[in-house]
Amino acid sequence: MSLTRREFIKFTGLGLAASSLGMLGFGASGEAQAAAVRPFKLTHATETRNTCTYCSVACGILIYSMGDRAKNARSNIIHIEGDPDHPVNRGTLCPKGSALLDVVHAPTRLKAPRYRPPGGTEFKEVSWDFALDRIARLMKDERDKHFTARNAAGTTVNRWTSVGMLAASASSSETAYLTWKVARSLGMVVFDNQARV
Amino acid sequence: MSDLQSQDYVRRSASTMTPPKARSHEDQVAKLIDVSRCIGCKACQSACMEWNDLRQEIGHFEGSYENPSDLSPDVWTLMKFAEYENEQGNLEWLIRKDGCMHCEDPGCLKACPAPGAIVQYANGIVDFISDKCIGCGYCVKGCPFDIPRISKTDHKSYKCTLCSDRVSVGLEPACVKACPTGAIMFGSKSDMKDWAGERIEDLKSRGFDKAGLYDPPEVGGTHVMYVLHHADKPSLYSGLPDKPRISPVVGAWKGILKPLALVGIGLAALAGLFHWVTEGPNEVTEDDEAEGARVLGESKPEPETETTP
Amino acid sequence: MTNTWQDIRNANLVIVMGGNAAEAHPCGFKWVIEAKIENGAKLVVVDPRFTRTASVADYYAPIRPGTDIAFLSGVMRYLLEKDAIQHEYVRAYTNASLIVKDGFGFQDGLFSGYSEETRSYDKSSWDYELDEQGYAKSDDTWQHPRCVINLLRQHVARYTPETVSRICGTPQDKFLHICELIAATAAPDKAMTSLFALGWTQHSVGAQNIRSMAMIQLLLGNIGVAGGGMNALRGHSNIQGLTDVGLLSNQMPGYLNLPLDKETSFDEYMRTKQFKPLRPGQISYWQNTRKFVVSLQKALWGDAATKDNDWCYDWLPKLDVPLYDIIRAFEMMNNGQMGGYICQGFNPLQAFPDRGKIRRGLSKLKFLVTMDPLDTETSRFWQDFGPQNPADSAAIQTEVFQLPTTCFAEENGSLVNSARWLQWHWKAADAPGEAQSDIWIMAGLFHRLRELYRKEGGAFPDPILNLTWKYTDPVDPDPEELAKEMNGRALADLEDPATKAVVTKAGTLLDGFAQLRDDGSTASGCWIFSGCFTEKGNQMARRDATDPREQGIAPNWAWAWPANRRILYNRASADLDGKPWNPAKPVIAWNGSKWVGIDVPDYTPTTKPSDSVGPFIMNAEGMGRLFARDMMAEGPFPEHYEPLESPVENVLHPKVSHNPVARVFDDDRAAFGSPKNFPYVATTYRLTEHFHFWTKHALINAILQPEEFVEIGEALAREKGIAQGGWVKVSSKRGVVVCKAYVTKRIKPLTVDGRPTHVVGVPLHWGFTGQARKGYGANTLTPSVGDANTQTPEFKAFLVNVEKTSAPMTA
Repeated sequence: MSLTRREFIKFTGLGLAASSLGMLGFGASGEAQAAAVRPFKLTHATETRNTCTYCSVACGILIYSMGDRAKNARSNIIHIEGDPDHPVNRGTLCPKGSALLDVVHAPTRLKAPRYRPPGGTEFKEVSWDFALDRIARLMKDERDKHFTARNAAGTTVNRWTSVGMLAASASSSETAYLTWKVARSLGMVVFDNQARV
Repeated sequence: MSDLQSQDYVRRSASTMTPPKARSHEDQVAKLIDVSRCIGCKACQSACMEWNDLRQEIGHFEGSYENPSDLSPDVWTLMKFAEYENEQGNLEWLIRKDGCMHCEDPGCLKACPAPGAIVQYANGIVDFISDKCIGCGYCVKGCPFDIPRISKTDHKSYKCTLCSDRVSVGLEPACVKACPTGAIMFGSKSDMKDWAGERIEDLKSRGFDKAGLYDPPEVGGTHVMYVLHHADKPSLYSGLPDKPRISPVVGAWKGILKPLALVGIGLAALAGLFHWVTEGPNEVTEDDEAEGARVLGESKPEPETETTP
Repeated sequence: MTNTWQDIRNANLVIVMGGNAAEAHPCGFKWVIEAKIENGAKLVVVDPRFTRTASVADYYAPIRPGTDIAFLSGVMRYLLEKDAIQHEYVRAYTNASLIVKDGFGFQDGLFSGYSEETRSYDKSSWDYELDEQGYAKSDDTWQHPRCVINLLRQHVARYTPETVSRICGTPQDKFLHICELIAATAAPDKAMTSLFALGWTQHSVGAQNIRSMAMIQLLLGNIGVAGGGMNALRGHSNIQGLTDVGLLSNQMPGYLNLPLDKETSFDEYMRTKQFKPLRPGQISYWQNTRKFVVSLQKALWGDAATKDNDWCYDWLPKLDVPLYDIIRAFEMMNNGQMGGYICQGFNPLQAFPDRGKIRRGLSKLKFLVTMDPLDTETSRFWQDFGPQNPADSAAIQTEVFQLPTTCFAEENGSLVNSARWLQWHWKAADAPGEAQSDIWIMAGLFHRLRELYRKEGGAFPDPILNLTWKYTDPVDPDPEELAKEMNGRALADLEDPATKAVVTKAGTLLDGFAQLRDDGSTASGCWIFSGCFTEKGNQMARRDATDPREQGIAPNWAWAWPANRRILYNRASADLDGKPWNPAKPVIAWNGSKWVGIDVPDYTPTTKPSDSVGPFIMNAEGMGRLFARDMMAEGPFPEHYEPLESPVENVLHPKVSHNPVARVFDDDRAAFGSPKNFPYVATTYRLTEHFHFWTKHALINAILQPEEFVEIGEALAREKGIAQGGWVKVSSKRGVVVCKAYVTKRIKPLTVDGRPTHVVGVPLHWGFTGQARKGYGANTLTPSVGDANTQTPEFKAFLVNVEKTSAPMTA
């Protein structure tokens, strides 16, 4: 049985006594079974253990995704909540952690490399090869031009100061290590992270 | 789809069906909100929106941390912040999570004219069944805590379900799970009352002589309870009612329904009633209320069904 | 953190100062609440604002931003005067008894050795008097006038409650009440924990703020014990890891220093690293530095690193300045000294001081690369977004690359939390569109560069051409392989030096850094991580939450550096005989033949208490330092210096008002405002609903705090006619923010040196990309000056003016 607001209003002007007593709910006990709480949405979702990306409390999280990782299913994250086993957060999450889903699916998530030429007023999408080839070229030209092999005193210093890098403090230590290797092999010294801001 | 049977209900709006109460041996559940542990972080709001897939429009800053600015069909719980200078001149920032109290004696359910649109399960949860809701707004009027909100989109009433979907599969509500400081606890009502007792003792030892439990008897107690440092003055907490009261009109409406149904309906009286219900339910003034009471005044409210805790 | 998050529950007193734990770290803060409930603990909050942490505190006191050292020095004075220190601990585990050189002194705001010209110190007098064997002299009776405890007593004598109140604006009674609460934790079985974060670091005296509290904790015997410690709550999810792996201008993995120009050879470099013990029998663990460095060089350059070429020492870049920090980087950019900049998951236009200067700097680059999951402001600095980002795109010649990356949910790897736990996480879904991992991008860039150098030659290609890259998939190295590389492995069969038996076979993953060698037979990319990925498997993936006695150690959950030790300096949790100070919460104890307990001891478990090996094994004297020797830029004792922008002069020494060794670039100095034009003290901070500049991209968080605002007290609002929620113009010498005002009782004017001082709170989250409403960002206002040791920008104390204004047309 369903009774919309409009129908309800309508029947106030009609012969309620004649026709609609039942609709007010008398003797409709069978209808109760049709009513239901919202179906539980995680019943067969795939659960993955992860760590919250925000602060250094490093709360354990459970990521629920649609699809059972079958070949033809593409996982889509549908819900994230706290890992109850985690010794620090014990299942809890803060207002940021509780909303992780919305950063994973933010409309401002980037999906393709983009490029703006000098003086350009807009980004345009480019291929990865274009972007990485061009960046490598720019870096090498800068390095070859400004690399300092020896200082004024003649000491070998092998440093490069004209290109700098800031590293991501939410990326993994493995990413950090690879980044360190690459940056230092180039002699880069203008190199920092978010520890201070 | 259906996770609940009629046997799970103990009450059902606008219905003479006597629920079998076959599940009455079930422990009643309760959410205990200990405001003395609450840091106002809004994790509960965030988790509620995420779990229930609700996203209100982005609002504005309006001179308070309270955001969104009010409960809505998409905002089922809301942190309320009150800056209070106590008698010693010290500042207290009283922060309270607002939302449905899941009353033992629910004013919304009693007020609801749509059969089965509001139900109370054996575990104490008061739930709105959307497909039965007619959007009349009477639950808004019936609620002593000003909780339900009618959607402008689908004209149905919404509020916190106490995550009945999670509870029905044996999980705690989303806000409870998220709460970083354990200010929101969930369990059987008796356990929650015991725990509240310990908390109150601790608060008293820290100088809050008037600490106490908010489980107002005026609505038969609630399935969402608060531990307050100032239990003598609930209204300090952004207007938590000192003595919540179901509008007498609701009692009257409830009272008139059955006699009318049994003896046949006087159309004139009904038309008057429905005019009032449909035209002004969301913003009922004192006068309206008096008028309503006058219209309905003759019928005596029938005694409420007792429920076994 | 010296301790773990859960260990906070063991505290008797929690002091939150220099941070706002409830808002910035809500889930860690649960252990504070737990301490209150389960351990009867009291929570004390000292903060310019009545924060959400203060809302659940047992005691709150206000303080003027930038005056924490005065407050804490006053606490030290109180403790020493009332003799509320843990004597046995202080005598045995700190350098209180050691005698300082005769030439050391302090006068009129300056320590001995200051040069006006270089704005720096000759620190040679900041050291101990040594005996013939090179050990520091000591006087356990504390009679010697120059033993550390007496010098400290003398140094803090000026910080009377009156003076503290005059500088900090904290009412004397509140200050003294907090002193009393703190003093009570000098009892051997009582502990206070200090929870702090950027509220202490982001000052021109940031490191000294933290030192001050560390000294208090040493005086109270609260380091190394359950429920104690110095607990830096830290920011981003892997900021600890990035610091551990050395992604700072002067660092190498595992807190090894990048060489300096003056360290012309490997031996010269090592000469200043392998600290000789300064007391008999001490471990002085940095003596092993050679093993760590050689193993790192082997990890980086493999067979190319040999004894004969000093393990490729010269392939490492050397530093001609102490730091190429962010403030220097943008100074260089503005001076046209930089051609390119790569921002990996970093948004400097929002995050760095003096936004105008950041924008001008980026505009002078030849190219900018951003790698981020989100559309950051930095990647769009060249685009006009109205007053929040005015830009003339056509005039900006910078080439900009915006590279999309995966986020946490789309990759495997480990993150190090603030308690030093390395926790592995697993991928849940593919990244959207063409987004790629940072590892894939860095590998792609590296291969292209290496190829260019192979083909074309160029400036010193050797370190690039020889960099080890033995990954199964060179294009996209597996995080597990990288983790193993950091953990380290034997490159040859390792023999026991005594028996000559092979103890570790070539190719085996190492069990820990104790196995590292300095002869090139081991490789390890990050020595402190050694033990994280052994032959037993990925220790970081362990998920056994068992916690003996529920004392907050959980030793088998993930893995903690160093050596899976959960509480640093845990030797100090027991007395000289090895009996726990607090028998109810022992961490380790001596059982007659070895150290046993719930945590990994600081040193070999069979080291007898009678050997008197100090718990602070990284320090040459084995002791906690009340006197820092030459480790700090501005002095071995903390001293109160006013922020670079301050409403008042330094009442202690007006001639040396500010940090005398703060590095200030000329253009930055010119951009400092005076109290005449900018009379109010501003401080920046986060709100609990947001995380920096990311969550404004997340709809839920944008709903929870949608729009930029500042917080001002009712008194200032009245004075300025500002209504609740009304529009204000907040300005500093560097820029203007137009936003709404939150008029609150939670900020009250402070009486500083007899005058009312208003504080303006500036939350920092808003920018011009994402879902929240557009904002100017707090860094429009902040000054470009840093802490003298770390160059952490002074975001927490600067000057602004506030005026009422009307709603902008676009709002």
